[in-house]
Amino acid sequence: MSDHESTYVPKTGVEKWLDTRLPIIRFGADYMSLPTPRNLNYWWTFGGILALCLMTQIVTGIVLAMHYTPSVDLAFASVERIMRDVNGGWLIRYVHANGASMFFIAVYLHMLRGLYYGSYKAPREMIWIIGCVIFFLMIATAFLGYVLPWGQMSFWGAEVITNLIGAIPVLGEPILIWLRGGPAIDNATLNRFFSLHYLLPFAILGCVVLHLWALHAAGQNNPVGILIPKDREKKDMLPFHPYFTVKDGFAIILFLILFAIFVFYQPNALGHADNYIPANPLVTPAQIVPEWYMLPFYAILRAIPDKFGGVVAMFSAIGVLFVLPWLDTSKVRSMRYRPTMRTFFIIFLVVGFGLGWCGGQLPDAPVLGSFKTFTLVDGDLNSYLWLTRVLTAYYFIFFLIIMPLVGLKEQPLPIPATISEPVLTGADAVEQKG
Amino acid sequence: MAESVVHTEDTHSPEGGDPNRRDFIYIAAGAAAVGAGAMIAWPLINQMNPAADTLALASIEFDLTKVQEGQQVVIKWQGKPVFVRYRTPAELQKVIADDQAPDLKQPQTDAERTKPGHEKYLVVIGSCTHLGCVPTFGAGDYGGWFCPCHGSHYDASGRIRKGPAPLNLVVPDYDYLSDTRVKIG
Repeated sequence: MSDHESTYVPKTGVEKWLDTRLPIIRFGADYMSLPTPRNLNYWWTFGGILALCLMTQIVTGIVLAMHYTPSVDLAFASVERIMRDVNGGWLIRYVHANGASMFFIAVYLHMLRGLYYGSYKAPREMIWIIGCVIFFLMIATAFLGYVLPWGQMSFWGAEVITNLIGAIPVLGEPILIWLRGGPAIDNATLNRFFSLHYLLPFAILGCVVLHLWALHAAGQNNPVGILIPKDREKKDMLPFHPYFTVKDGFAIILFLILFAIFVFYQPNALGHADNYIPANPLVTPAQIVPEWYMLPFYAILRAIPDKFGGVVAMFSAIGVLFVLPWLDTSKVRSMRYRPTMRTFFIIFLVVGFGLGWCGGQLPDAPVLGSFKTFTLVDGDLNSYLWLTRVLTAYYFIFFLIIMPLVGLKEQPLPIPATISEPVLTGADAVEQKG
Repeated sequence: MAESVVHTEDTHSPEGGDPNRRDFIYIAAGAAAVGAGAMIAWPLINQMNPAADTLALASIEFDLTKVQEGQQVVIKWQGKPVFVRYRTPAELQKVIADDQAPDLKQPQTDAERTKPGHEKYLVVIGSCTHLGCVPTFGAGDYGGWFCPCHGSHYDASGRIRKGPAPLNLVVPDYDYLSDTRVKIG
């Protein structure tokens, strides 16, 4: 696709003048006419949605920074001032706060799309790896941003998460003090978190450029998962504009409706009430929970009885994604043609939701009813602790054992030679839901 | 300059034999660049370490008469809570009895965690050694503290007895200035 021939013809004198000096219009025009597999379904629209999310966060964030004061004495009040006194400040802050959640909804769906359709497999490893970097940067940015309102959850979230670094043997303590700028979370910490929260979105933007560059070098995957032969390009591809700009646009409208429902009707549904209490370093809230999008990883952290082991497990849960292209041994990309793997994928989805659910519960609380069964090692079997451990085990087994093994053992369904074949023969009808 | 390039190519062994002067210059220049990079990076990294005014707030004094028997007072030291607990004779008896308990993760006697002659006062940093939450006074299975975040139980000597925390509550450096006055830090 990188060798896609330019069809742009400069018409006016100005365009011709510009085209020999800075062919930026040609660049845009080539992008819009890029041949795109014609069978892309709605799961492919999250790329555009994510670009919109990033721009929304950057624009609202820059505006919020005009009114925010990064100081332990003034931060909370400045956020309340944004909510009450700044013209339209409530709207901008609610868009920014809920925008983070929307961003994560979209990124999780985008990643699961990649997982299901094998979009990470050769020759698209770099697209996937850069995507993982973006995901990691998003988590870091979201965490830093959550600290800024300097409420109780902000403060204690920062306390707990920075303490994770303190779990590193020997070097943990000096790194922790360096990161916080003092023996405890304080003004120095808030100031640097603000600086980094402003910086990282632009690092994400840079990675997005690399992500798209890699995408256009390797070419887009599609629901059938086959590489489209050169001689079929005319038949199996459509120009990006208007076919996919319209499809993306429709998906964006649906997504914005969901976004608006949260912003205008349930702006605090995804947050935590305790964050409307100013930070108090001497009192910990009764229960500390991270934002919903970090709950599965938080659950994995708590599943391991050892402090450093928990930290290692949590980072491994993200780290394992980076090597995914080499863990999957199957040559077939799309799970449409991998019925065995599809079953494991569906279990993985359930496990992912389960981990998220467990991350929001007290570890010792019983899962079913309120009765005790028997104590296994360090907790009752009927507790979130043990449920979390079982789910954590599946999370890692899925990537480290099931993926390599199923790829070698399974019998995939016959793969169509072209992307139009399943449509023309009607074989696609069985598997419409994707 | 161009001539010297030709000459070095002649003397340079393509199989990677003897290093010549040009190899030496490459390595020396590369090493100098790395060294310069590290020297530029260091102040940019070091600026994030605690500033002089932060370090200056290193010690505080506290009047022990403010604590009633069976209670604790929480004071802020270096941005962290410090528990000063005036333990009842019953609590004291229990923690001394537990000095050799088999479930101590970090075995320490109560005497090692207090100052001689002042055993009834326990001074510990009120941050859970797991992930830094402030444990709740008087709660938990051992009558000391219970951390609400991840369920660590401490006894009245601040020793970890149950839960994910790896270490006992930290005893800060402190000294008795008089019988009723301590200096922490």
